[in-house]
Amino acid sequence: MMVFLGKKLFRLIVVILAVTAITFLMVNFLPGDIAITTAGFGASLEDVEAIREDLGLNKNIVLRYTLWLFDAAQGRLGQSFLTDEPVLEAISQRLPVTIELMIISQMFALMLAIPFGIISAYKSGTNIDKTINTLAFSVMSIPTFVMALLLIFAFSLKVNWLPATGYVPFSEGFWLNIKSFLLPGFSIALVEWGYLMRILRSDMISTLQEDYILMAKSKGLPTVYILFKHALRPSCFTLITILGIQVGHLIGGAVIVENIFALPGIGSLLIAAIYGRDYTVVQGCILFITIAYVMINFFVDILYSILDPRIRFQNRT
Amino acid sequence: MAESFHKKIPGISFWFSITWIILVTTIAICADFLPLLEYDHMDWDNPEASPGTCVEKQVNDNNGEQIYQKKIYLLGTDTMGRDIFTRLIFGTRISLTIGLAVPVIGLIFGGIFGMLAGFYRGKIETVMMATMDIILAFPGIVLMLAITFYLGPGIKNLVIALGILVIPAFTRVARANTLKFAQSEFVQAARMMGQKDVGIMIFEILPNILIPMAAYALMLVGYMIMVEGVLSFLGLGVQAPVPSWGGMIADGKEVLDQAPFIALFPSFIMFLTVLSFNLMGDYLRNLVDTKEGQL
Repeated sequence: MMVFLGKKLFRLIVVILAVTAITFLMVNFLPGDIAITTAGFGASLEDVEAIREDLGLNKNIVLRYTLWLFDAAQGRLGQSFLTDEPVLEAISQRLPVTIELMIISQMFALMLAIPFGIISAYKSGTNIDKTINTLAFSVMSIPTFVMALLLIFAFSLKVNWLPATGYVPFSEGFWLNIKSFLLPGFSIALVEWGYLMRILRSDMISTLQEDYILMAKSKGLPTVYILFKHALRPSCFTLITILGIQVGHLIGGAVIVENIFALPGIGSLLIAAIYGRDYTVVQGCILFITIAYVMINFFVDILYSILDPRIRFQNRT
Repeated sequence: MAESFHKKIPGISFWFSITWIILVTTIAICADFLPLLEYDHMDWDNPEASPGTCVEKQVNDNNGEQIYQKKIYLLGTDTMGRDIFTRLIFGTRISLTIGLAVPVIGLIFGGIFGMLAGFYRGKIETVMMATMDIILAFPGIVLMLAITFYLGPGIKNLVIALGILVIPAFTRVARANTLKFAQSEFVQAARMMGQKDVGIMIFEILPNILIPMAAYALMLVGYMIMVEGVLSFLGLGVQAPVPSWGGMIADGKEVLDQAPFIALFPSFIMFLTVLSFNLMGDYLRNLVDTKEGQL
């Protein structure tokens, strides 16, 4: 286990170094001069020089990367050129919204995927199974932003049950807060449950062929009891991994949903910074999202190897 | 996903998707020769016209005489009075270009890297797979946003960036399949007959790994069309006035209440296209039934 952990940790560090280097380099290969871009229209030559000095652009690139890395490691990501807000503060302010969206959307996705996956596996090969699968396959072909628009069209414009956009902070009431997350959450969940359901279904089908399920059946236990108590847990391993990876994706992948529903999360911070060409914020966001993504994948790997010890020995063969 | 609900015998979904793909591709290629309106002509008298609107306009012809010109907006017009039907057809080009070019890049480079790694093993394999792991470690959509931010939007940058992102997955598929065949009897036989390494890879191994890779490529086409849609929707993909489905949906989003069809038509077309490619990919994967196809 220690060797496995050590290997994984080493890889994690290499990946983080590579990711930061690439993020850093991308800014430096920006077409045009960053100092001039930042100074904006009508800036004098002295202004540009001052900014260049300020950003340290006249130093050696390796030195600059090292300095930047140390700064970043201490959470000094610079400040926004547009609002003067420190980047780290902006990110940490937006993080709760993104996390709440993540939790709610995953909950909805599981609420759909688990029952449908179980029914589909239990009735595998029948028309019910085929219908559920066709449905899952179809929703997987709908882009999330289209799903978001369809939901807005149906639930905000046609029946006016839920707000189309806007975010209500938690302090203004639990129900109002949840309500503002319903449509965004469902936009993600309605697309994603298809993947999760197909994974659960295929694992569940192999579980249902195990002897102990036959045993449980022959004892005369009720079917629902067998499905949920005996079959569900051993069929969940792959589902948990995929869920973990999905959560990693959502840190940045919810960009579009946050944008459509005007939720002030990290995604919309990034998009706004891209539109405003606010390059410190873009860099900070990308760095944060990427590192969060890498870390989550790391922990999912570890968790998975604890759940399923075979994984740990896979690389030795 | 080991077993799937699609039978190996082509069913209705198979014929539906192949028909749709052929139709869309043909239309995209022939768009210039079809009797269509101009995609960037703005008819300010008729913005958000509902589908099937007929317009008669007085224009001067070459001889200075006044004639009536009749136009039918088959699927209506968008917020700037541009014909939706025409724009949908021209938008097909962008979606298909990106949807097809990106998997082809992945197929070629991933195929070469994967075969080399699986054939020679050793250091080459270690270095190559480590590099691929680093690329895979990036969250895709964020990297895309970063690249379009730093390099500027445009179809060429988009294809290159997406291409780099998909190479690792193809490398893995190619490597896993090469490993299966590298030690087989027919490869050993070819070697004994004096076949060079390159020859073995091209004539013995390549034909065997091509189908699983093609299955993966097809699955990716739909995904790439969606990614292009997202970027264009955010205004970071193809730039106006060139029509793209994502851009059209973004345009329709603003008037979802009064004229929902502006966003719904391109959404529906995009859905049908993505679904068709997904169904085809699924069918092909079941045909070969290799687990590597899922990587």
